[in-house]
Amino acid sequence: MFDLFMETFRKIFYFYYDGFKGMTVGKKLWLIILIKLFIMFAVLKLFFFPDFLNSKFKTDKERSDYVIEQLTH
Amino acid sequence: MLDHFDYTLVNWSRAQFALTAMYHWLFVPLTLGLGFIIAFMETIYVKTKNPEWKKITKFWMTIFGINFAIGVATGIILEFEFGTNWSNYSWFVGDIFGAPLAIEGIMAFFLESTFIAVMFFGWNKVSPKYHLLSTWLVAFGANLSALWILVANGWMQFPAGMHFNPDTARNEMINFWEVLFSPVAINKFLHTITSSYVLASVFVVGISAWYLLKKRETSFAIKSMVVAGVFGLLASIFTAFSGDTSARLVAQKQPMKFAAFEGLYNGSSGAPLMAFGIVSNEKDSSQNYLPDVKLKIEVPNLLSYMAYLDPNAFVPGINDLINGNLQQGIMSATEKIERGKVARVALRELKDAKKKGDTVQYASLKKKFNDPIFQNNYFKYFGYGFLNDTNSLVPNVPLTFYSFHIMVAFGFYFIFLFIVLLRYIYKGTLVQKRKFLRLLLFTLPLPYIASQAGWIVAEVGRQPWVIQDYLPTVAAVSQINASAVQITFWLFFVVFTALLIAEIKIMTTQIKLGPKEGGNEHV
Repeated sequence: MFDLFMETFRKIFYFYYDGFKGMTVGKKLWLIILIKLFIMFAVLKLFFFPDFLNSKFKTDKERSDYVIEQLTH
Repeated sequence: MLDHFDYTLVNWSRAQFALTAMYHWLFVPLTLGLGFIIAFMETIYVKTKNPEWKKITKFWMTIFGINFAIGVATGIILEFEFGTNWSNYSWFVGDIFGAPLAIEGIMAFFLESTFIAVMFFGWNKVSPKYHLLSTWLVAFGANLSALWILVANGWMQFPAGMHFNPDTARNEMINFWEVLFSPVAINKFLHTITSSYVLASVFVVGISAWYLLKKRETSFAIKSMVVAGVFGLLASIFTAFSGDTSARLVAQKQPMKFAAFEGLYNGSSGAPLMAFGIVSNEKDSSQNYLPDVKLKIEVPNLLSYMAYLDPNAFVPGINDLINGNLQQGIMSATEKIERGKVARVALRELKDAKKKGDTVQYASLKKKFNDPIFQNNYFKYFGYGFLNDTNSLVPNVPLTFYSFHIMVAFGFYFIFLFIVLLRYIYKGTLVQKRKFLRLLLFTLPLPYIASQAGWIVAEVGRQPWVIQDYLPTVAAVSQINASAVQITFWLFFVVFTALLIAEIKIMTTQIKLGPKEGGNEHV
């Protein structure tokens, strides 16, 4: 059972390994994807896009009170 | 009532959302359509075993891969914006968006990311039939992802299957199937994906035309055009029909949007369809919107027929919807605003009663919110309670009208184009038709314009609402600093423009290289 699992794992690993190794234009695309994801999550999300309600309030009750205040004042 | 809203913040938040959504939508439709075109090409290869079809499939797969890689995750930005810029909206929407977006995330991740690897890395490693299955699953997976996003958008245009909880100010989903199978959502999905198929078909046809103009890869180009031409023709005809149904639904559910994109100021029985005209937001001395459309070309009774399948039906215009029309049972905007204010006051009183511990008053108001009569007569107009000026209910008529007419005109042009293309291919004269090939090449940007115009109709036309009748856009924004939104607007502009330039550069390099014998082993 364990051998079967390891064999399957080995096949999947080499499937992806060979795939990535044999890429041509794909290497450039992966670089773009990684840079893009870094800008999105490590820069934009972290520094510019905090969740407004989650960062201001601790509980859902506080959040709902705040939104009701916003919607009714 | 709207005095406390910071309009600079609202406008920049809207501009930022529009910018990111429009850039995102430059990548998505090609992925949706090209996925199926590749699947058809590979099916022919598996059936015929002709290696040329393998080469064709691999070339377009490379183009698909470039577009997919550059476009992937650009939509996540929109979710960032929901939490930061549109927190009142995100809270008010409640779990309605949560379910479709979570399903979309899981589907996109598992279906697309698993089978896309087989599609690109699996040539010669898995059986041809399993590879073909993976290609089809990638195409279906991408389209299923689009379904969930469009269901969420459809709910904003026509809220259904939910109940408003006044204690939390959130909408709670009470019927998932009503949300999923809302006629607006389903029709929006069908119209959007089929228009994406048209875009991808025009793209394939345009690039193939370039090869023919350069006298390169003739057999490859014509074979690609056959698949894209047939697919594009069927998709463009279906898009026209789904567009017709879509307009009919808008007439019922969002009559102001319908009146705006049809340029109908004063309603009438047997309303004519305006094929062309110059519209404006001008008013006369009695503050009615001017019905005097210049240079108009009309088809009598057609609008009534298209909206209600009855050539003599009454179609309300902008002035009817603002001033009301008792004869036709249309409530005035002033009355809706009054009713909306009653609902807002009730919500305020419920909150105050809860805060003060006035259990009797609280129980009475809670009962009121659960009463169908209050729901149908007052809470249904909750969003109107934020407005003071009835004119704020009218969207930008010229922008909506022209965007709609550009979309429709291009839609019919594509049908005509695909018919002519297939005729020339059938007669075997396409290669000699140099002017037509140039036309095909220069048509390439037009479906992008039509697609963006369609979204302008959908989103600008529904203003002032972010959720139809329940929440106006001005009340949906977070109380954050407008300058922060301006900074991120320009950041996005730079990042997305860089991505677009990268896409065009990498794609054009690959197109110039052309399909190689046996294709690239991997992207």
